[in-house]
Amino acid sequence: MFIIKYKKIFIGVSIALVVLSLISLIVFRLNIGIDFKGGALSEVVYKDVRPAQEALYPSLEALDLGTVSLQPTGDLGYIVKTRDINDAEHQALLKTLSQDDATTLTEVNFNSIGPSVGQELTRKAIIAIVLVSLAIITFIAFAFRKVSEKVSSWKYGVIAVVTLVHDVVISVGIFTVLSHYNGVEVDTLFVVAILTILGLSVSDTIVIFDRIRENLTLNPKEDFHNTVGKSLEESYVRSISTSLTVILVLLALVFFGPSSTKYFALMLTAGMFFGTYSSIFLASPLLILVQEWQDSKKN
Amino acid sequence: MWNKIKGILGSKIFKRTVLALLLLAIGASVAFFVYKTEPRLNKNFETQREFFKKFPFRLGLDLSGGTHLVYQADVSALDSSQVGESMEALRDVIERRVNLFGVSEPVVQIQRGSFVSGGSEKLIIDLPGVTDVKEATEMIGQTPLLEFKTERAEDTPITITPDENGQLDLGNINLDNQFVATELTGRYLQKTVLEFDPNTREPIISIQFNEEGTKLFAQITRENIGKRVAIYLDGSPISTPVVREEIPNGQAVISGSFTPTEAKQLVGRLNSGALPVPISLLSTQTIGATLGDSALNAGVKAAIIGFLLVALFLILWYRLPGLVATVSLCIFIVIILALFKIIPVTLTAAGIAGFIISIGIAVDANVLIFERIKEELRSGRTVNDAVKVGFSRAWLSIRDSNTSTLITALILFWFGTSLIKGFALTLGLGVIVSMFTAITATRIFLSTLGFIGEGKVARFLFSSGLSK
Repeated sequence: MFIIKYKKIFIGVSIALVVLSLISLIVFRLNIGIDFKGGALSEVVYKDVRPAQEALYPSLEALDLGTVSLQPTGDLGYIVKTRDINDAEHQALLKTLSQDDATTLTEVNFNSIGPSVGQELTRKAIIAIVLVSLAIITFIAFAFRKVSEKVSSWKYGVIAVVTLVHDVVISVGIFTVLSHYNGVEVDTLFVVAILTILGLSVSDTIVIFDRIRENLTLNPKEDFHNTVGKSLEESYVRSISTSLTVILVLLALVFFGPSSTKYFALMLTAGMFFGTYSSIFLASPLLILVQEWQDSKKN
Repeated sequence: MWNKIKGILGSKIFKRTVLALLLLAIGASVAFFVYKTEPRLNKNFETQREFFKKFPFRLGLDLSGGTHLVYQADVSALDSSQVGESMEALRDVIERRVNLFGVSEPVVQIQRGSFVSGGSEKLIIDLPGVTDVKEATEMIGQTPLLEFKTERAEDTPITITPDENGQLDLGNINLDNQFVATELTGRYLQKTVLEFDPNTREPIISIQFNEEGTKLFAQITRENIGKRVAIYLDGSPISTPVVREEIPNGQAVISGSFTPTEAKQLVGRLNSGALPVPISLLSTQTIGATLGDSALNAGVKAAIIGFLLVALFLILWYRLPGLVATVSLCIFIVIILALFKIIPVTLTAAGIAGFIISIGIAVDANVLIFERIKEELRSGRTVNDAVKVGFSRAWLSIRDSNTSTLITALILFWFGTSLIKGFALTLGLGVIVSMFTAITATRIFLSTLGFIGEGKVARFLFSSGLSK
């Protein structure tokens, strides 16, 4: 099996991708959205013509709404971000945006989140991430509870967790690049995406490991390399097929779905893709590598 | 002749075919139900039977447009045992208030403070169709807060904390501290009536407490004879009468210096419900109707395209079983849509995303089964045997690969805000229902196709991918 033969290349590719993602995370950083840090967002669409950004900035700054950002959206719209604001400030903001009612605009979306709500959401998100991670690790431990030969069961579990971390880190890495160039922010759906990736991508790895275990019991005397190779050959088509169907619907969601779930779907697509990649090209090669280390220690 | 007919009726193939037709009929009637109950798909929906009108899709604010408000309730003055009750009273008052203004299908929910949410009591209000935050907050803000306070005992000191420079600002002592809160609030009101004082001709508001309020009021007046009881409206005292005797009948009079119009308004406000605890606005969100509409259309479009892509892949790659899986997928989709209507599930953009993803996951089980069937065919089994064995051997993998997704969906549902809950619910429902449709429905359909036999054509139809 070529994957086993060139395992170091595939492991190398994964390490490179993870390192690149981490660098991107450090350099670009995560752009935290108002869901978590509090603040206000208003999306307005002008009826006829959109005033220039430079024309609006001075009067917006004068409103004293914290750091104001003004992003063009569509042909006639702006997305304005400020600190969290009350009714009066909201009315003042709309008045300024309409240049004292000189231009006609409609506000299509307004969202103001107090800092305490943001803190609460952050707290919930952290608890959810911890719980999902614990539940998944427990599930992996349960799935591999029967001790098997050659590589002990907990090592399968550790490798499954390593591939999970790999999938999530690369997805987050891709997100930071998007975040940097397209101004996408970390919102509630970002956290949901990470948790869903954890749930979706672990199953692939488990299916392949299951097959390895099955083949180990069927032919206990066979060379470990061969067993893993054979198991991969038997399961990679279905692994790719099952992920492909999910990726197909996710791509439909990215290209045709509502704008609010666009980046959510994109992140899930990345997570699904690298989840499948890692269960075929990373998990099994790592398993062989662990076994080789064990053997060299014994000798 | 008779025996021959009997033979056919008793044969396995016949029974399976009947079962398969039955399943198709059920699928079709569920689809009919989904179609008939959807206002957008029926031209003269108004003239439909009542039964069909009960089950439209429920759309979340981000799809229908509307306003989402989060209020924090200040329960610091309350005993912890009363918090739950007061929050329920608060919800009822706000609900009445919102209904009064003719908002259709408003949702008012309590979010109890807990370890998870960080300890504060919140009220979450969803107002579909209301796209003016100002109008919405005014509508709710006009709900009066009525409190009864008693005089602070003379020996209780007023606490003054020095400011950051260590200075004591004596000019800024809060005189409200003269009075301390009692349990008696506007939630115990039964009714209020506008009257005029026969002597002064000034408007007064007479209050009748309910049974519980009457007891509380009697106790307060009994314990405070000769002292003042302050009546606070929206946080400031409007009247501080001196108690002459115990009042056991639950009747009180507020005689502020109102103009007749003010008094009339106040009576109206009090009668539609007074707030049991003070509330403050934490966050607001408004989604315009057009934005909601376009998000809904995009979601439907993505679902249809996603389904077509998956169907195309299944038929091209898995041939006959793929076609069967596509039929099962259709049954899955109509069952899920019917469940959304019956439960009912409030659909948001994220919820639709969860549903679309579940379409992709729903065929996972079929893919696992078909790959098994292919393996069994290769190892020399007959088509019929391969189908049988394929189903029984794939079950463990199907269970394992769905478990982790279900775990995630469960935790998300448990912890999430309404946005996340929508996603977790549609995804979780999808995974559970798909395990049924992918296995049971596909199996029933495939087993009726046994008549195709064992020829080359049959083997081709049951193989997959690029193999011949």
